[in-house]
Amino acid sequence: MYAFSYHQPKTVRQAASLLAKNEDGKILAGGQTLLPTMKQRLAAPPALIDLSKVEGLSGIELKGRSLVIGAMTKHAHVATSEIVRQAIPGLADMAGLIGDPAVRNRGTIGGSVANNDPAADYPAACLALGATIITNMRKVPADQFFTGLFETALEPGEVVVKVAFPIVSKAAYAKFRNPASRYAMVGVFVAKRGSDIRVAVTGAGANGVFRATALEEALKKRFSPKSLDGISMPATGINGDIHASPEYRAHLITVMAKRAVTAAIGK
Amino acid sequence: MSATGIGAPVRRKEDFRFITGKGQYTDDINRPGQTYAAFVRSPHAHAVIKSVDASAALASPGVVSVLTGQDLEADKIGGLICGWMIHNKDGSPMSAGAHPALAVGKVRYVGDHVAVVIAETFAQARDAAEKVMVDYDQLPAVVDMNEALTGKTVIHDVAPNNRVYDWHLGDKAATDAAFARAKHVTRLDIVNNRLAPNPMEPRAAIGDYDSGQEQFTLYTTSQNPHVARLVLSAFIGIAPEHKLRVIAPDVGGGFGSKIFIYAEETVCVWAAKKVGRPVKWVSDRTEAFLADAHGRDHLTHAELATDERGKILGLRVKTKANLGAYLSTFSSSVPTYLYAPLLSGQYDIPAIYAEVEGVYTTTAPVDAYRGAGRPEATFVVERLVEVAARELGQDPVAFRKKNFIRKFPHQTPVIMAYDVGDYTASLDKAMEMADVKGFARRKRESARKGKLRGLGYSAYIEACGIAPSAAVGSLGAGVGLWESAEVRVNPVGTVEVLTGSHSHGQGHETTFAQLVSDRLGVPIDQVAIVHGDTDKVQFGMGTYGSRSGAVGMSAISKALDKVIAKGKKVAAYAMEASEADIEFKDGRFSVSGTDKSLAFGEVALQAYIAHKFSGQELEPGLKEGAFYDPTNFTFPSGVHICELEIDPETGVTTIARWTAVDDFGTVINPMIVEGQVHGGIAQGVGQALFEGVHYDADGQLVTASYMDYCMPRADDLPSFDVGTTSTPCPSNPLGIKGCGEAGAIASPPAVINAITDALGHEHIAMPATPQAVWLAAQRRLPAIAAE
Ligand SMILES: Cc1cc2nc3c(=O)[nH]c(=O)nc-3n(C[C@H](O)[C@H](O)[C@H](O)COP(=O)(O)OP(=O)(O)OC[C@H]3O[C@@H](n4cnc5c(N)ncnc54)[C@H](O)[C@@H]3O)c2cc1C
Repeated sequence: MYAFSYHQPKTVRQAASLLAKNEDGKILAGGQTLLPTMKQRLAAPPALIDLSKVEGLSGIELKGRSLVIGAMTKHAHVATSEIVRQAIPGLADMAGLIGDPAVRNRGTIGGSVANNDPAADYPAACLALGATIITNMRKVPADQFFTGLFETALEPGEVVVKVAFPIVSKAAYAKFRNPASRYAMVGVFVAKRGSDIRVAVTGAGANGVFRATALEEALKKRFSPKSLDGISMPATGINGDIHASPEYRAHLITVMAKRAVTAAIGK
Repeated sequence: MSATGIGAPVRRKEDFRFITGKGQYTDDINRPGQTYAAFVRSPHAHAVIKSVDASAALASPGVVSVLTGQDLEADKIGGLICGWMIHNKDGSPMSAGAHPALAVGKVRYVGDHVAVVIAETFAQARDAAEKVMVDYDQLPAVVDMNEALTGKTVIHDVAPNNRVYDWHLGDKAATDAAFARAKHVTRLDIVNNRLAPNPMEPRAAIGDYDSGQEQFTLYTTSQNPHVARLVLSAFIGIAPEHKLRVIAPDVGGGFGSKIFIYAEETVCVWAAKKVGRPVKWVSDRTEAFLADAHGRDHLTHAELATDERGKILGLRVKTKANLGAYLSTFSSSVPTYLYAPLLSGQYDIPAIYAEVEGVYTTTAPVDAYRGAGRPEATFVVERLVEVAARELGQDPVAFRKKNFIRKFPHQTPVIMAYDVGDYTASLDKAMEMADVKGFARRKRESARKGKLRGLGYSAYIEACGIAPSAAVGSLGAGVGLWESAEVRVNPVGTVEVLTGSHSHGQGHETTFAQLVSDRLGVPIDQVAIVHGDTDKVQFGMGTYGSRSGAVGMSAISKALDKVIAKGKKVAAYAMEASEADIEFKDGRFSVSGTDKSLAFGEVALQAYIAHKFSGQELEPGLKEGAFYDPTNFTFPSGVHICELEIDPETGVTTIARWTAVDDFGTVINPMIVEGQVHGGIAQGVGQALFEGVHYDADGQLVTASYMDYCMPRADDLPSFDVGTTSTPCPSNPLGIKGCGEAGAIASPPAVINAITDALGHEHIAMPATPQAVWLAAQRRLPAIAAE
């Protein structure tokens, strides 16, 4: 780790102004991504702006037909929250599949969406559920938020404050874990709200999380795993590495989508 | 059996210290005035070092010194050694390239040591290490053994085709004749995947120099501190042995990787004198992946010849063993004498011929890793036997039983003389425990769920208790492989045992104390086991090759015999009886035929006060030492059965049941033995399903962190059913065979035999990752549809 200055703002406004003042400064949330990269000397932010003392950034509430989760809410909290389990059980299940207990008790939803790791789980949930990412400046629909590998629509100085998920009738996540890292090698989140069906895929896309429209179209005819029989996803634009070739990942997308649909129907 | 004696499942005495964070590992130790070392490591797999410019690093805050290979040479510090000479088929010695602790002229793998930066803090050392400017001229990387053997790129000038040796064992003519006679020949091409050892505690070292006494001290993570001292003194030339103390305190796992004498500790202890202050280095996990010696990495073509009834006639093996960029301390012996002599397995094989080429590549050195050579041999034998049975349409169990060795002692065609064993007993017991009878029903149930179920056997043998010194000497070892012990009885009857074995997870503080408690009748908490310090223990060969029970405890046993013999003399004087009338039982010396007796502690006191005898008659005190040199290897054996289920849609393999029946001879502590078996199976399953070191074509290590190197986790494994049979070892006083590596040796072929059983074909290599199994299942699917 290289030396850096450390700031502990009390409000989002202070956090934003500290970000503005400290060029290349970084927000510190759960630190589960940022600190390991700093320790390995792969990242060297000159300033860390720690959100842990900012009031009101953590918490889960139902607001009308929306489930609203504060940016600093830990994965473990989402996984075990009664409110989430009632409103969108598939989202609680997904949070329970992130990393290990230590990671879930430190890592946050805000950090996960802001980081947009191409193998992270939350981006798939946000995209499939049609979430809105609420920042200190604006509201960004998930469809416009995740723009590429570790890339988001966040502007310099912008802070994720909360994420709002519309309540859907059926939703579930099926994750094929990378055997080594246990991040998603292929994760598919399926959601059905009325006639609107969305299927989001993480871990596989060479450009990060994406919607599998071919699968969505098939499921619109009938929301059943059988509807996906025989649909093979193309391997173009899909990641390959030592763990999985693009062909294998593409194959797993359909398999995981079927499993997610089966689980969603069961909820 | 007493509650703490031999055979009792005594809770580990050392665990309270470890689980309450009170262990003293090398990194817990800090010396006054200590500095910190960071190594500048090669980013290239293969390159000429044109120049090293340390000026910016030297100007960096807190930097004390920057040292390179030139400085080592100037101080006449020798290179790292390989302690086992292997000879080629033609009798000429192997081609071993120089292995300087800091590179001279060339770097040969990513992570190779180029320079060391020593600074006031660890962070300053790392900061400055980034400022050492090394000008490299890149050379091609050679990762693949077949490519290396073409010699297009030469790694060491002494080995023009990158061939370290071309070695063989066995009778070629007899084996060829057996194949000529054969009715059937089974052929397999086998990859034994390269593994990273991953002990929980990374390596560390502190070099310290006392200029008043001209005395060096090295604290280090070693499995064999005396061997480290011997090598650092006699070969590398740091200091004579009496001026070098090596301390290996608590060590958090080794699996072989901490046997070797590495560059880092050599540099720390040498640099301590140069900079006049202690020098500490602690590896981080990335460095551990890059520079700890790896294990396995064989390419093998193997053939098994059988007659018309399925009797094995002969076995032929051609192996290429990747030794990495330099020969590590014992690397040359692992794919040769620790491998080929095990190729007879549990079977009566009249003719065996093995050829092994050791190959240099631009990768990290490869050396002994849990099992060392024996897992590789067992994998070859147990895959061949399984596939041969299948090809012949015979039941794999019946095929094995037909070929089992049944008469002991048994001389194999490849050096080993098996002393005892009952292979059928382990197999029958394992089949019973595994409910093999119910397998067909379970397979049908799996099929109904769309899953493929398989059952795989592994009947392994290994050679432990290494080793008779004369035998290994005749095979090229640079050392003898005996063990030493000293038993010091204090005047109050408490006991200290100094042992040359080293515990780094094995639980010696408990098992060795059980032996003492059993033999002397003293409570186990009055026995202290002292190890890991060359100033305390006179000498020892350390812990590896499952030798601490069979060899280390045998030395203690011998010393205990002497203590009891001396105790009888003291008791005779104390009770005014004839020595011949003194009996020792349950911790009391008594005069036979009388009610006169003294407790062990009372006799100890008599020995030290020496009032009842004069020094002319008997020396005061009660302290005895012994060196024990084994007369044979020991041969643990057993059968593991793996039952698993494959999801053909994803390729995920789930181990459903695991049964292990091992014959370890005498068991000192069944709980600790079971723990050793559990850990071994986990590592073996790791090799079979998850682990694999991967270098890309440029020689960059892709699996340099846990993001890509897959370790087995608890939830990857079922609860194990572990049982034992016992044919006590006749060659050592306790009947111990050794249990430390068995699980890792037995399990990989059990897994692969089960996977291939489930798939219905043999086309799968380790690690059988989900992707590999999925691909293999694709071949199988049309067949299933047809069924
Ligand atoms: C061993 C391990 C396993 C893991 N496994 C998984 C897994 O299976 N699935 C998965 O999805 N993730 C996994 N993770 C990642 C984990 O979920 C992290 O919590 C998450 O990626 C980042 O969240 P964080 O709160 O730790 O953010 P930090 O590490 O603190 O920050 C990450 C990045 O986001 C920025 N940031 C943080 N909060 C905000 C905000 N409110 N507004 C704007 N920018 C912000 C930071 O500046 C930084 O660039 C794993 C991590 C580890 C260490």
